[in-house]
Amino acid sequence: MTSLEQSSLDQTSGGRAAGEQREGLRPVPYRGGGFRPVPIRLIGPFVFLAIVALWEAGSRSGVISNLVLPAPSEAFEAFSYLVESGQLWRHLSASLQRLVIGWTLGTALGITVGLAIGLFSLARAGLLPLVSALFPIPKIALLPLFVIWFGIGEGSKVATILFGTFFPTVIATYGGVDNVDRTLVRMGQSFGLSWRSIVRKIILPGAMPAILSGCRISASIGIILLVAAEMIGAEYGVGAYILMAGSLFATDQLLAGVAILSMLGLIVSWLIGRLERWLLAWRG
Amino acid sequence: MDLLLRGITHRYGATEVLNGIDLTVSEGEIVCIIGPSGCGKSTLLRFIGGLERPDEGEVLLSGEVPAGSLNPLTYVFQDFALLPWRSVEANVSLVLEDHPLSAAERETIVADVLERTGLSDFRKALPRQLSGGMKQRVAIARALSVRPAVMLMDEPLSALDSQTRELLMDDLVALWQRERFTACYVTHNLAEAVRLGHRIVVLSRRPGRIRTVVEIDRDLGAREAGDPKLDAVQRELWQLLRDEARAADREIADDVA
Ligand SMILES: Nc1ncnc2c1ncn2[C@@H]1O[C@H](COP(=O)(O)OP(=O)(O)O)[C@@H](O)[C@H]1O
Ligand SMILES: [Mg+2]
Repeated sequence: MTSLEQSSLDQTSGGRAAGEQREGLRPVPYRGGGFRPVPIRLIGPFVFLAIVALWEAGSRSGVISNLVLPAPSEAFEAFSYLVESGQLWRHLSASLQRLVIGWTLGTALGITVGLAIGLFSLARAGLLPLVSALFPIPKIALLPLFVIWFGIGEGSKVATILFGTFFPTVIATYGGVDNVDRTLVRMGQSFGLSWRSIVRKIILPGAMPAILSGCRISASIGIILLVAAEMIGAEYGVGAYILMAGSLFATDQLLAGVAILSMLGLIVSWLIGRLERWLLAWRG
Repeated sequence: MDLLLRGITHRYGATEVLNGIDLTVSEGEIVCIIGPSGCGKSTLLRFIGGLERPDEGEVLLSGEVPAGSLNPLTYVFQDFALLPWRSVEANVSLVLEDHPLSAAERETIVADVLERTGLSDFRKALPRQLSGGMKQRVAIARALSVRPAVMLMDEPLSALDSQTRELLMDDLVALWQRERFTACYVTHNLAEAVRLGHRIVVLSRRPGRIRTVVEIDRDLGAREAGDPKLDAVQRELWQLLRDEARAADREIADDVA
């Protein structure tokens, strides 16, 4: 006890001694921090609004010619007209239907094939080269073929989106399966779990983070391909609307259509974010 | 149920990993396997658990599997091998779900093993919320839930800090005194081996051969830190291992060069 008191006394006296000769001391220079962006609220919307405001001001003052780029207010007018005339829901529902069907089928098939490539040597040897060869082909180039194969109606449009979303999903899924911790699989085997249980309870959840980031990518690709899919023989659809506006050089409508796609992208990304938060809650 | 190893020899490519291992693990005893790193301890345990097959030799079981044992040969892994997306209770129930048990029976077993390992308050916790010691307790609870005949433990305490290791060793001793489980316990830590082993099998460096088997006839519960007899055994083991460990160390360096 006394020795303890002694040592604490020593410390205080030492502290006092250090306090006395403070002049010669400098703090250790701080070299940490950075390399870790933290989310800052409202900055994103602010930047967006600032750009739109600048753009509007530029258009009104004549710095930006109306021929080069219509003012945001004009694009908004075109959008309001779409809403009021009821055309928006027509275009949107046609596009959404194609997107949802194409993306769902493409993703479901992609996950299935990706799992097969991840699990079976034969599937890997047989399908992986095929996937690698077909993935980089721009699906727009195949559109005429799709029209011949699946008809000029909905079939070719859904097929374009399906093929576009299928390949990235396959690659994300088998990569995710490859990355599942092998000791977890070995654990499952050592407890005598059935093959189905190991796939369903260990491999699939383990690959889920990769599958969901694949979904993020494939959803964006699906929206990108919407315009391509609606190039031929589409009466309604956001892509068709944009293409029509483009061919008439109605740039205000074109911008309104592009803004709709952009908003669609934001909503889809938000939905996938929710899904991630729900399915990957265990990551904390 | 006893476990018999006969003439286990194995090669990975050109390197011989194990050579002529003969060993018997009798019911109710803990056999510790020690040896320098890379001598094939984990490989041997994989053969015992049927996760891999040796080139030569065989692993045999003798006697009846105890009634009610769902998974006679059950692992406890060094890195716990818990599913990060399942809670503590779900991690335990995972290994019961493939057996024909009713939900109520499963629930009873889970509650029972969590109680026995002092985890009842952590049922809903996720692995990431637990300390290393708690994670290994969950892994032990999971192993107990399938009522193993032999537990195969591959360095179960090596990923833990030394205080936690002491606590878990106490837990294992208490568990053994209550349940008299059979175990093959691989470690490179001599203190663990001396504390937990009824017999200690010393392997040589690669290719692993049995150098000696040391028997300690003191009851597990009566073993305490600073016991001169145990210290003597530990020193003796260290004498045996020292040269092997040094040679093994150099061998790996040669491989890299
Ligand atoms: N699957 C494998 N393929 C090739 N070599 C392996 C494999 N598993 C282990 N080895 C080699 O066998 C030797 C023994 O490994 P291991 O049993 O893990 O040793 P220990 O657990 O005693 O440290 C090591 O040299 C290791 O590199
Ligand atoms: Mg090992």
